[in-house]
Amino acid sequence: MTAALEAHALEFRYPDGRMALDGVELVVDRGHRVALLGPNGAGKTTLALHLNGILRGSGSVVIGGLELNDENLAEIRRRVGLVFQDANDQLFMPTVAEDVAFGPANLGIDGDLLDRRVEEALGRVDAMALAPRPPHHLSGGEKRSAAIATALAMEPQVLVLDEPTSGLDPQGRRELAETLRTLDVTMLVITHDLPFALALCEKSVIMDDGRVVAEGPTKEVLDNENLLRRHRLEMPFGFRAGSSPG
Amino acid sequence: MHAPDGFLNAGTAVATGAISVGTVSLALRQLRQTINEKQVPLAGIAAAFVFAAQMFNFPVAAGTTGHLLGGALAAILLGPHMGAIAVTVVVVVQAIVFADGGLTALGYNVLNMAIVPAYGGYGAFRLFRRLLPATGSGVMAATGLAGLVSVAMSAMAFSIEWLFGATAPVSFAQVFTGMVGVHFLIGVGEAVISAMAIGAVLASRPDIVAGAADLDIARIGGERRIPLRTFIIGALAVALFLGAVVSQFAIDGPDGLESVAGETGLAKVAQDHALDTSIFSDYATAGLDNESLSLAIAGIAGVMIVLAVGWGILAAVRDRGGDRAAT
Amino acid sequence: MGAGHAHALYVHEHSLVHHLPPQVKVASAIAFVIIVATTPREDVWAFVAYGAAIGSVALFSRIELRFVLVRMLGILPFIAFASLLPFVASGEQVDVFGVAMSRSGLWAAWNVVAKASLGAATSIVLAATTEVPDILAGLNKLKVPALFTSIAGFMVRYLELMVEEIGRMRVAMASRGYDPRWIWQARPIAASTGALFIRSYERGERVYDAMLARGYTGEMPDLRRRDPSRRDWVVGSLLPASALIVALLARVIT
Repeated sequence: MTAALEAHALEFRYPDGRMALDGVELVVDRGHRVALLGPNGAGKTTLALHLNGILRGSGSVVIGGLELNDENLAEIRRRVGLVFQDANDQLFMPTVAEDVAFGPANLGIDGDLLDRRVEEALGRVDAMALAPRPPHHLSGGEKRSAAIATALAMEPQVLVLDEPTSGLDPQGRRELAETLRTLDVTMLVITHDLPFALALCEKSVIMDDGRVVAEGPTKEVLDNENLLRRHRLEMPFGFRAGSSPG
Repeated sequence: MHAPDGFLNAGTAVATGAISVGTVSLALRQLRQTINEKQVPLAGIAAAFVFAAQMFNFPVAAGTTGHLLGGALAAILLGPHMGAIAVTVVVVVQAIVFADGGLTALGYNVLNMAIVPAYGGYGAFRLFRRLLPATGSGVMAATGLAGLVSVAMSAMAFSIEWLFGATAPVSFAQVFTGMVGVHFLIGVGEAVISAMAIGAVLASRPDIVAGAADLDIARIGGERRIPLRTFIIGALAVALFLGAVVSQFAIDGPDGLESVAGETGLAKVAQDHALDTSIFSDYATAGLDNESLSLAIAGIAGVMIVLAVGWGILAAVRDRGGDRAAT
Repeated sequence: MGAGHAHALYVHEHSLVHHLPPQVKVASAIAFVIIVATTPREDVWAFVAYGAAIGSVALFSRIELRFVLVRMLGILPFIAFASLLPFVASGEQVDVFGVAMSRSGLWAAWNVVAKASLGAATSIVLAATTEVPDILAGLNKLKVPALFTSIAGFMVRYLELMVEEIGRMRVAMASRGYDPRWIWQARPIAASTGALFIRSYERGERVYDAMLARGYTGEMPDLRRRDPSRRDWVVGSLLPASALIVALLARVIT
């Protein structure tokens, strides 16, 4: 079985010369949910932008057995659904329905088929009621759901979420985790919300300084206090991975 | 300055409309050629920035406030074509959606508030950049001067349009001295805020300032900042100097351009209805004695604007580096 | 210009006017305003008829007249300008309640007030019955380049966010005791303006990335297509057609 997502020897240098990715090796198996943890500036978002070819460094990205190159950029972007950290960046159309339709419409889908795609995608995150609403006046949680629906409408094989809990209240975080658990899609969740990672992902990867520095089952990774501390991560006070709801 | 419907006559509305449509089409074509599709959201969000910046009141004196017009600033930050289009979008949306300015007044409103300040301001900016040192402070000073000049040109453009299309018996000379005089003062605020805003952008993201694309980014950070006071005094001095030059034309008139009202005016208005063929609005040049002088001033101001705008457009078209390069 | 621009323009209703395709409404509004602006000011009763016409459209769309009138306050600066005209203008003086005024100045004032009010009322009714994205789609159908209307779309989408950001900056400055009265105290405002531009620029880049991630290739998909029927055009032409008849009648009669 081919992995859903593979990155090999990914390197990327910012225009100012800083190394953002310094030989990233990452494999996500099909159907798995993997948390990508790491401090600010570790290169997590930069990595996410490489996974569907928005940024191109050296090394290789393989999605569902297809290696990214100039010719198959469009197909790779269809296969990888990216959910950005600030939902306002992702919801740029006048209404949620149009935002969700934007991706499939770019794939050439229109008419009833497009309407059905939109309904389906919004249905999967239980946000049908948001369809006619303009995005600015939605709550943080509603915006997040709508943003995820815009990615789901592309029917991606892998969903990459960048800090999905930022700006959500505790209840919103819990609801988001519940929604994401119902989605039958491979997921890479970038976060430094460790309890959220624990609740959602069976496996975790820690990234620092542009490199993957540790990986393993989420519980084990989060139980290793020294490892966490070395990479500026910490569990909330009094919280232990072993004792939390999984 | 958002003139409503019927503020100038139909001929002026149509003529300015044609100029505006032509220039904006050119700008759109240039934008499509010189940039990639990345610039569509950027231009839109930059337009929102201009709209919002116009709502950001700044103090002028003793608690009174003004606000930025932003045409020159937008052209310098974004490059002239994208700047002109961003401000045009603002003016058009203000008219259609916010009922700010008339639909049939869009021709002259776009010309006066978007095209003349953006391209004319950019033309002035390029000129001042040549005269000033190639440093961050040089860019700031050139931006301030361009901001001042752009506002004055905007007022002049309106006065000239009034000459052709006045709908009220207020003479060109009155409108010109009033509009240009007031706008030199407004221009001081525009100059200070534009220059300081460019300074703030240069301080943290010098790479995104289109008008400073030629500078060595690494060096800008190390420069000494010019005190705000120097800027304000400089801008005021330039405004007073330019204002004096402009008003000199008016005062030197044979019997004073301001004294248009009175007998001559009355005679002229009576005459007007018989003689409806003049391409200049009958009102605007009321007072036969002053007509030639009015025309001379209008002509000089008009040539200045056309030169500045034309130079701005030419510089923009010729030098692709002036627009944001696709990165 | 003024605050509170960005909301409460559209009145949600289900009237015939609301349901007309946007390009029909935009074309109708533009034609109507052109007729208004070109009507000679001496045809006073024609302007009264125009006012009745646009007022009926508002009533027909179930928009309260008060809503239109309140939003028309935006033209007040021009009313103020117009009210000066009778005093500053040259020409024959007439006596109005004991005050000498210029006859042509009075006409000019009337001209500005009548045309500015009708023009503003038309834009207000258009915006109250048509959502902004639809207005832009309508302009696009009327041959305004897609590049232009797409840029306008992004502007409208992010305007409110930007205005909120300015509000937060103001609060942040005021909460630290910043209360500027003179222009040499304006540096923080200019610096905030610069910061706002940087944020706009960076958001522009991120939005573009988000568009690329969903397969954007340089063309915005057309998701608001509504092709008007002949009946729509007939309904839409009622306003300008009746205005045209009024204008012609006024010419014949006076």
